[in-house]
Amino acid sequence: MILLWLECDANGVTEISLETVAFARSLSAAGGGIVIRAALFGDVPEAARDQLAAHGVDEVHHVTGSAYDAYSGAAWASALQDIRERTTCVVVAAAGSPRGNEVIAHLAARLDVPMAANVLSFSGLAPFEVTRQVAGGSALEDMRLPRRPALFTVAGHSWTATPADQRTTPVWHEESPAVAEADLIARVSARGEAKEDSSGALTSSRVVVGAGRGAGGPNGFGGVMELAEMLDGALGVSRVVTSLGWRPHHEQIGQTGSRISPELYIPCGISGAIQHWAGCSSSKTILAINTDAEAPMVTKAHYAVIGDMHEVVPAIVAELKRRAV
Amino acid sequence: MVNVLVCVKRVPDSSSQVVLTPDNQAVDGRHAGFTVSSHEECAIELAVRLAEATGGLATVLTLGPAEATEQLRSALAVGCGAAVHIEADGVAFGPADVAREIAAVVRSHEAEGRGHDLVLLGNDASDTGDFQVGIRLAYALGLPVVNGVSTLEVADGVVSAHVDGPDGPETYSVPTPMVATVLEGGVEPRYPTLKGRIGAKKVELETRSAATQPAGAHRVRLRLPPPAPTTVEILGEGPEAAPSVVDLFEKLGIR
Repeated sequence: MILLWLECDANGVTEISLETVAFARSLSAAGGGIVIRAALFGDVPEAARDQLAAHGVDEVHHVTGSAYDAYSGAAWASALQDIRERTTCVVVAAAGSPRGNEVIAHLAARLDVPMAANVLSFSGLAPFEVTRQVAGGSALEDMRLPRRPALFTVAGHSWTATPADQRTTPVWHEESPAVAEADLIARVSARGEAKEDSSGALTSSRVVVGAGRGAGGPNGFGGVMELAEMLDGALGVSRVVTSLGWRPHHEQIGQTGSRISPELYIPCGISGAIQHWAGCSSSKTILAINTDAEAPMVTKAHYAVIGDMHEVVPAIVAELKRRAV
Repeated sequence: MVNVLVCVKRVPDSSSQVVLTPDNQAVDGRHAGFTVSSHEECAIELAVRLAEATGGLATVLTLGPAEATEQLRSALAVGCGAAVHIEADGVAFGPADVAREIAAVVRSHEAEGRGHDLVLLGNDASDTGDFQVGIRLAYALGLPVVNGVSTLEVADGVVSAHVDGPDGPETYSVPTPMVATVLEGGVEPRYPTLKGRIGAKKVELETRSAATQPAGAHRVRLRLPPPAPTTVEILGEGPEAAPSVVDLFEKLGIR
């Protein structure tokens, strides 16, 4: 059996958690129809119930109780460990989100078994071999997971969150496993209001306009911000921009920033170093604007305009305004 | 007085083309050069600030080949006061092995009366991206751990660790000793001063050998994804390309 740790937001199960369910269905099929269990913690919006059925989850373990009201990696992994032992699942996986990696790493440490982060695919069940992203996605690692349970996270946007061919009627288990005091020492003790300018807009927008060193300085972002606003999109930047202090870190796209997968990404004045490509390579369409036709960002893009972003972007804004009249 | 241990890993610089070693077991940094991950640069900065503010000591640690002393010297140059080098072929060590080796050093320092109140690591290494060494270390030491920390303060033996959580800012209040993994973005790493560089050369390194045989990383091989053929369509040059760009927006249904 496969046990998945899934995350919810206000709208239901998160997109990358549903991608992980799609991965699990493929694994289930390869194993001759292995049962898929999902563990969800805390508030679960009504929409999630329908999503879990549509995506082919067989059984759901809904964990609630005062020990789980605030997040604690150790406590949540302890509950996951409890469910796994009772259900004898041989695979436990989560999405390769910050928290998915954290919870699975806790479980790996508790069980003293290997863990593979950011898995793209599996190539064999016995031995269980997976391929995962390393070096920010610029290299692949084939890795064996010889011990049971096999623990891994699924790289974001490497699978599509399509519903299953056949709906299921998931069996719900409401539970509240006991937690040791030691596992509750490191838990969230205070939460602040989500900031309007958090990275959430960046990862959920259909359009992202990016800016890099080509912006030239902290005052060089007026054009790209106007373009982002006109396209109802978000502004993202490269690491050099945040390192130089031109823009805040939460706007950073890349290996150490946000990973985006918009319909359209428009990187302006970004050369396309590996660090940046790691965060934007899942974009459906990329339109690069750059003075250098040989820049990696241009050669890897679907479309490009060769020119200075400070001339090209205002011209695009003007053309959008002209057509809007 | 807060004594901090900050753990770093010598990794190939990730700003240029990735090349693999001939045995396909690691990323080859011979041409790109070596550094530490950006999360670790921020962990060093946090460690140095805590030590400076409390009159404590920031000790930097690495497990790696002889060349990894370069990364230790860099951390000493920006304010760490001591350095530990576990001399070993890092490629043969999996994340659980590395955690066990760091734990052995922490216990040994504790036994010698120079224990650490806080152990900092990067959230994940930019080469192997395992996302687990800090957490495994915490379990090996029986200590609490907070992941993905941007900034932290220590007062009266309690660490306030701030994390940019999925639904907004979060704070963990955890008694020392504890382990934290650091994410880039909370602090700006400083550049070494000339005085710092000169001072760094004079610090005597604590050199140790690995305490146990590594179990390994279960790595079969690394490989490079096939290069995607360039299929870029150039829409034009300069501002004259604007109408073609807006045509593309319309084709994609963006507006």
